[in-house]
Amino acid sequence: MLARLCKINFVATLLEVRDLRTHFHTSQGIVRAVDGVSFDIKEGETAALVGESGCGKTMTALSVMRLVPKPQGSIVGGEIHFQGRDLLRLTEQEMREIRGAEIAMIFQEPMTSLNPVLTIGRQITETLEAHERLSRDTPEARALELLRLVGIPDANRRLSDYPHRLSGGMRQRIMIAIALSCNPKLILADEPTTALDVTIQAQILELMRELSRKFGVAMMIITHNLGVVARYADRVHVMYAGKVIESAGARDIYQNPRHPYTLGLLHSVPRLDQPRKAKLDPIEGQPPDLWNLPQGCSFSPRCKFVIERCKREVPPLRDIGAGHRSACWVAETLSQGKVSSS
Amino acid sequence: MSRTQNSKLKTQNSAIVEVRGLKKYFPVFSGLFTQRVVGWVKAVDDVSFSIRRGETLGLVGESGCGKTTTGRCILQLERVTEGEILFEGQDLTRLGDAELRLLRRHMQIVFQDPYSSLNPRMTIGQIIGEPIWVHRLLRDRGECRDRVEELLTLVGLNPLMAQRYPHELSGGQRQRVGIARALALEARFVVCDEPVSALDVSIQAQIINLLEELQGRFSLTYLFIAHDLSVVRHISDRIVVMYLGRVAEIADRVELYESPLHPYTQALLSAVPVPDPAVEAQRERVVLKGEVPSPMNPPSGCVFHPRCPIAVEECGQIVPQLREIRPDHWVACSRV
Ligand SMILES: Nc1ncnc2c1ncn2[C@@H]1O[C@H](COP(=O)(O)OP(=O)(O)OP(=O)(O)O)[C@@H](O)[C@H]1O
Ligand SMILES: Nc1ncnc2c1ncn2[C@@H]1O[C@H](COP(=O)(O)OP(=O)(O)OP(=O)(O)O)[C@@H](O)[C@H]1O
Ligand SMILES: [Mg+2]
Ligand SMILES: [Mg+2]
Repeated sequence: MLARLCKINFVATLLEVRDLRTHFHTSQGIVRAVDGVSFDIKEGETAALVGESGCGKTMTALSVMRLVPKPQGSIVGGEIHFQGRDLLRLTEQEMREIRGAEIAMIFQEPMTSLNPVLTIGRQITETLEAHERLSRDTPEARALELLRLVGIPDANRRLSDYPHRLSGGMRQRIMIAIALSCNPKLILADEPTTALDVTIQAQILELMRELSRKFGVAMMIITHNLGVVARYADRVHVMYAGKVIESAGARDIYQNPRHPYTLGLLHSVPRLDQPRKAKLDPIEGQPPDLWNLPQGCSFSPRCKFVIERCKREVPPLRDIGAGHRSACWVAETLSQGKVSSS
Repeated sequence: MSRTQNSKLKTQNSAIVEVRGLKKYFPVFSGLFTQRVVGWVKAVDDVSFSIRRGETLGLVGESGCGKTTTGRCILQLERVTEGEILFEGQDLTRLGDAELRLLRRHMQIVFQDPYSSLNPRMTIGQIIGEPIWVHRLLRDRGECRDRVEELLTLVGLNPLMAQRYPHELSGGQRQRVGIARALALEARFVVCDEPVSALDVSIQAQIINLLEELQGRFSLTYLFIAHDLSVVRHISDRIVVMYLGRVAEIADRVELYESPLHPYTQALLSAVPVPDPAVEAQRERVVLKGEVPSPMNPPSGCVFHPRCPIAVEECGQIVPQLREIRPDHWVACSRV
């Protein structure tokens, strides 16, 4: 009986990141861009990686792809298990087979990741050919099908267009088409809509959601927009200064935040669905320099709930029940963090 | 209630700025070297609104709809193609450079990008002190230095920052410098062009609170340009919604957010995700089809009609005029 139940509810873990560390060597010292990051992504799930500028979101994703800029940057520790294999132990050749085919990435600025001198059609067929993922269809036919899938009007004509002829929203659709072209299991989308207008942002995110459901692709959306996360993510991982400091189901994290930073973020943004507050409630102070992190918990200098221990010991990311994890010494005693409309 | 709001209530509803029939067209040239004009970008096309003394007027709309151009035209940083800009009753478009220079003191701008808007070769002290010096508000170096320190303290920075260079400051700190510079000349009217868009979420709230506090203290009037509708709702008394160079709707904060009338405003509001999955699951969404058309070749009739969910045939023919549907609530839509 138990076994059967487990079978029904069991969703396999697709990606497992454990204590990942990616550092940069600069003239000012070592930048701990990723400083012990751990999280999981399940098959078919949409996860969000949220955090402020410079906290290490992009570097986390690039580490998973093993595309950290060399020679300044390197992965110095941790494990990245994808479908049971540790990506950090693969050869460059083996990794190339995974990139694009198993794990695809979509970047924030599509103009820099699309090749300006290749037609849209060619960029898609190139990816297909590189992975020899062609069954019956010709590459051109598959490219056309993909453009239609991502809602490009007049797809036939667009195949021979160059990227600069397209709007930002259209380019992002092309990036999604390329990402989907080899039927990957996981798409890492780094701020896929930050550069776009809200009405176009909504179109693109709806499209991504629809396609991920249709093909059962897992997604990790990297963003700093808490609204986007609330609308589209199943699970949320909040980063601060190179670490994941809280992980939980989306509803849970918004209704019951268990880290002072998450709590502060949720309180500091004005919300359209609530009465307007007379005054906003910001997190005081600045995010820390990654080459000069404070002792103990990196958030402690800005934290309202700080205790002595926080200044000495780094709190580990630990289970606090029901799939909720927090890296805070006082996680359990944080006042019920429901964001009230007062 | 905060001090800001109290002082806002006290001031009477007279306009400090009036924009009448503003048009700004940019020429489009045929090639890199030839100077033949082949078309016009209608960045702002017949826009009228007024800004009341002591209020914050929010200006929202998607990228390229003409928000920045409108702000720059008001400050005369851009010459208008047509229309009038009245500042305290004077038409700025008719003034000469010398007269404008005198008035500029009272009208300042805070830019979106705190990284590129500060001169990298000047110290923070020089950046803030320069306008004071240029306008000869103070003639003594020592007094000027004191004033800079006072301004830095006012915007929540350590006076020692005066010695530093912009690259040594964070984005939020640089934005504070931009605000201090705007205040140096005791401006009465400040255009804030996306002053928090480039900042981190946790820093945005700090800057918004600062702007509100300074407004209460110095009776400032703001034109607050932004594309984040949650932020605009928080800071604005009234809001102008623009689409493709035209005004779609003008209303006070409560009206606009609680009963938006223009289909574009409705779509825009529903596109903003709320940071709460429980609320999100219940919300209705209007996802607009299509893209924002090019301002070089705007659609005929109502510029919104190709994307509008309630458009009828005549919307493609007749340009809708702004009409006052309810007291103080203006809409440019013939279907409302
Ligand atoms: N080539 C590099 N050399 C030195 N430091 C770097 C380099 N690239 C990134 N970093 C540092 O690594 C840290 C993490 O960068 P990352 O790009 O992952 O941030 P992010 O969370 O994606 O931020 P954003 O939201 O701004 O994109 C940053 O503090 C950044 O300054
Ligand atoms: N100097 C210029 N020459 C030619 N076209 C211009 C110029 N400045 C602005 N434009 C065009 O005018 C239109 C309005 O631009 P504007 O910068 O006012 O938009 P905006 O609403 O501020 O957009 P954003 O939200 O992206 O800042 C755009 O199509 C832009 O490309
Ligand atoms: Mg990034
Ligand atoms: Mg602008």
